[in-house]
Amino acid sequence: MKTIKVGLGTCGVSAGGEKTYEAIKHEIEKENIQVILKETGCNGMCYREPLVEVIDEENHSFLYGDVTPEKATRIMIDHVMKNMPVKEWIVQNSGPTEDDAFFQKQRRIVLRNCGIIDPNSIDEYIAVGGYEAIRTVIKKNTPEQVIDIMTKSGLRGRGGGGFLTGVKWKFCRQAEGTLKYIICNADEGDPGAFMDRSTLESDPHSVLEGMMIGAYAIGAEEGYIYCRAEYPKAVARLKHSIREALAKGFLGKNIFGSNVNFSIKIKEGAGAFVCGEETALIASIEGKRGMPRFRPPFPANKGLWDKPTNINNVETFANIPWIIMNGAEAFAAMGTENSKGTKVFALAGKIARGGLAEVPMGITINEIVYDIGGGIKGGKKFKAVQMGGPSGGCIPASMGDLQIDYQQINKTGAIMGSGGMVVLDETTCMVEMAKFFLSFTQEESCGKCTFCRIGTKRMLEILERITDGNGREGDVELLQHLAYQIRNNTICGLGQTAPNPVLTTLKYFPEEYEAHIRDKKCPAHSCAPLLTFSIQADACKGCTLCAKACPVEAISGEKKKVHEINVATCIKCGKCFETCKFNAVLKN
Amino acid sequence: MLQKEEIRKENTGSQFYDFKTELWKYQGEKGALIPLLQSAQEAYGYIPESAIDHISEVVEIPGAEIYGVITFYSQFRLKPMGKNIIKICDGTACHVNASTGILRALVDELQIGNDETTEDGLFTLQKVACLGCCSLSPVMMINDDTFGRLTPKKVKELLKEFRTKENA
Ligand SMILES: Cc1cc2nc3c(=O)[nH]c(=O)nc-3n(C[C@H](O)[C@H](O)[C@H](O)COP(=O)(O)O)c2cc1C
Ligand code: FES
Repeated sequence: MKTIKVGLGTCGVSAGGEKTYEAIKHEIEKENIQVILKETGCNGMCYREPLVEVIDEENHSFLYGDVTPEKATRIMIDHVMKNMPVKEWIVQNSGPTEDDAFFQKQRRIVLRNCGIIDPNSIDEYIAVGGYEAIRTVIKKNTPEQVIDIMTKSGLRGRGGGGFLTGVKWKFCRQAEGTLKYIICNADEGDPGAFMDRSTLESDPHSVLEGMMIGAYAIGAEEGYIYCRAEYPKAVARLKHSIREALAKGFLGKNIFGSNVNFSIKIKEGAGAFVCGEETALIASIEGKRGMPRFRPPFPANKGLWDKPTNINNVETFANIPWIIMNGAEAFAAMGTENSKGTKVFALAGKIARGGLAEVPMGITINEIVYDIGGGIKGGKKFKAVQMGGPSGGCIPASMGDLQIDYQQINKTGAIMGSGGMVVLDETTCMVEMAKFFLSFTQEESCGKCTFCRIGTKRMLEILERITDGNGREGDVELLQHLAYQIRNNTICGLGQTAPNPVLTTLKYFPEEYEAHIRDKKCPAHSCAPLLTFSIQADACKGCTLCAKACPVEAISGEKKKVHEINVATCIKCGKCFETCKFNAVLKN
Repeated sequence: MLQKEEIRKENTGSQFYDFKTELWKYQGEKGALIPLLQSAQEAYGYIPESAIDHISEVVEIPGAEIYGVITFYSQFRLKPMGKNIIKICDGTACHVNASTGILRALVDELQIGNDETTEDGLFTLQKVACLGCCSLSPVMMINDDTFGRLTPKKVKELLKEFRTKENA
């Protein structure tokens, strides 16, 4: 019998996957076809969603991309019923396709089961070796040995800080007290990062198993998953998975027949970026305002309800079962001197193939952007990649040969962060980008430290006046001065890193700031107040569309005659530019 | 397949079931304040003053402190919201893929600004940063459903669909 799998992660659903699923189901019922229809998560090829995989009787897989309900119906008839695969829609697994490049340089550990197993079925996870790691560990290893394996593997926390997981566990293990907690940080607040959501939706049990191993190592009997409210599907899957694990006796009292107890609770976030910071997250679980506090004491000694607490990120936990099963050496064999293993990157922005790619550390930016991501959308020029979200920075295309690991990225002034990679092209204004991030951090600042609360506001004001065409001489120096003050006078990572987007764009794109301030020009033609709109006489066909679209009647001209824009009335909204079908409107 | 309804049930079933029941079940467990506020919001669509009083009485936290918690988190509302919540993403990926144009289309179409509710009470518009669906940017969510690869035209069609459904 054939098996059909439909990718129904949030990305699949938002691309219309549910309608595709319904179409397939409808066809199965109508034609009474004997197949197994399943749901799966996301395999990372978000740019091809909705994805449908057909696995035939000989276990051959055919992966179809961009499957609309109409296409699904044809796949059901031609391939599933008549055994004639629809070659032109296949994106992977049967003969070479242009999409193969997306996977060639990947090495999948965290995403090992994503898009392959049914995330709603614990049995499928078990069938691919799931829960073997925790079973082995409880039977064969002491907690100290587990910590030793983690330390040897060189795994560093994937939530942003990049702290060695084994060392962190050791601190918590050694902390005084018998009551300890383990927390999974699923707050994923960095705009542009979505690997945690995808992992939770596509392979929730791997995260639960990683938490169990961590709990055993540090000696915790209670765990929390702090998941952001914007991820309803991930929360639902986690709740379902926890119930399944309880029913199997993998959670609860005496797990796997041992004397170890462990339970997991879910806490939903309430919409505050700063709650991703560990001490703020703890305050939030305790039911308070999510304000970070000064460290030390570190959570390892004084965390949730003042008890020793270990916090790790979703991706960190998902690595752990693999490391146990394959050994610390296998993990440490990948990557660079100081950054071992793989990292999942979320590719988005102006990239042709947006999605999730897991690659060994040490790969270059160019390899990710061009080989995996297929370069820039629409043939535009690659300008920079934004890494690390609001705490990170923009790395220019000229540094594309940079090998990605924690140290190398830090040297650029950006940070690895959670692995969001927003690719920017020549149409993105770097000053506007810096302003965008500053407005984000300014809004999300919890207000505790003066420099973060007011300093970011002042920086934002300066950036606003620069992009409005009112920049002054000395603004750049003022920005730099404020940036260093904010960095040095705040207690948590939010404030300390908030100036990074400004500092990196100043470092790599000083000429763009200059152009805005001195020449009152935006080289990327993106900052509206600095633009002048005009109509190119020889391209204008006199279709009148622009005149109709203009909200302030600034465009005049008769039908079939060249139109003109009255610069004095024009509010630079860009509607004419968007409407013109003949590219006759110029932005300068 | 975990259908939308099931996700709703999964998420509302145990935790939020009914605000009053939740309160009544409260046994002094620590850290219950935020889940209780979430359940009040789920039940009423916002957090009415009476709910703050109820919670305050039960968990023995002063109303002022609860108010402090409510205003800290962007999820909590002190005013009634529209029947459908539109969250338009202006995260990095959406921003560079012209989410401003999508927001403009929404504002044009609904005639309301960020954090406002339409007169007929059908829609509330909220600008958010990242819905975790960046590879399909620009993205918005209407209630618990995510819509990707938006264009101003698609937005208008979607709103029309919602309106027709509501009026039917
Ligand atoms: C402002 C701020 C936001 C953060 N957001 C997140 C987040 O969304 N997810 C996450 O895992 N870590 C986040 N972190 C890092 C956490 O504080 C913490 O270092 C991490 O969860 C530890 O896990 P790891 O060692 O596995 O990386 C954030 C830190 C700061 C300062
Ligand atoms: S930036 Fe819009 S969904 Fe992530």
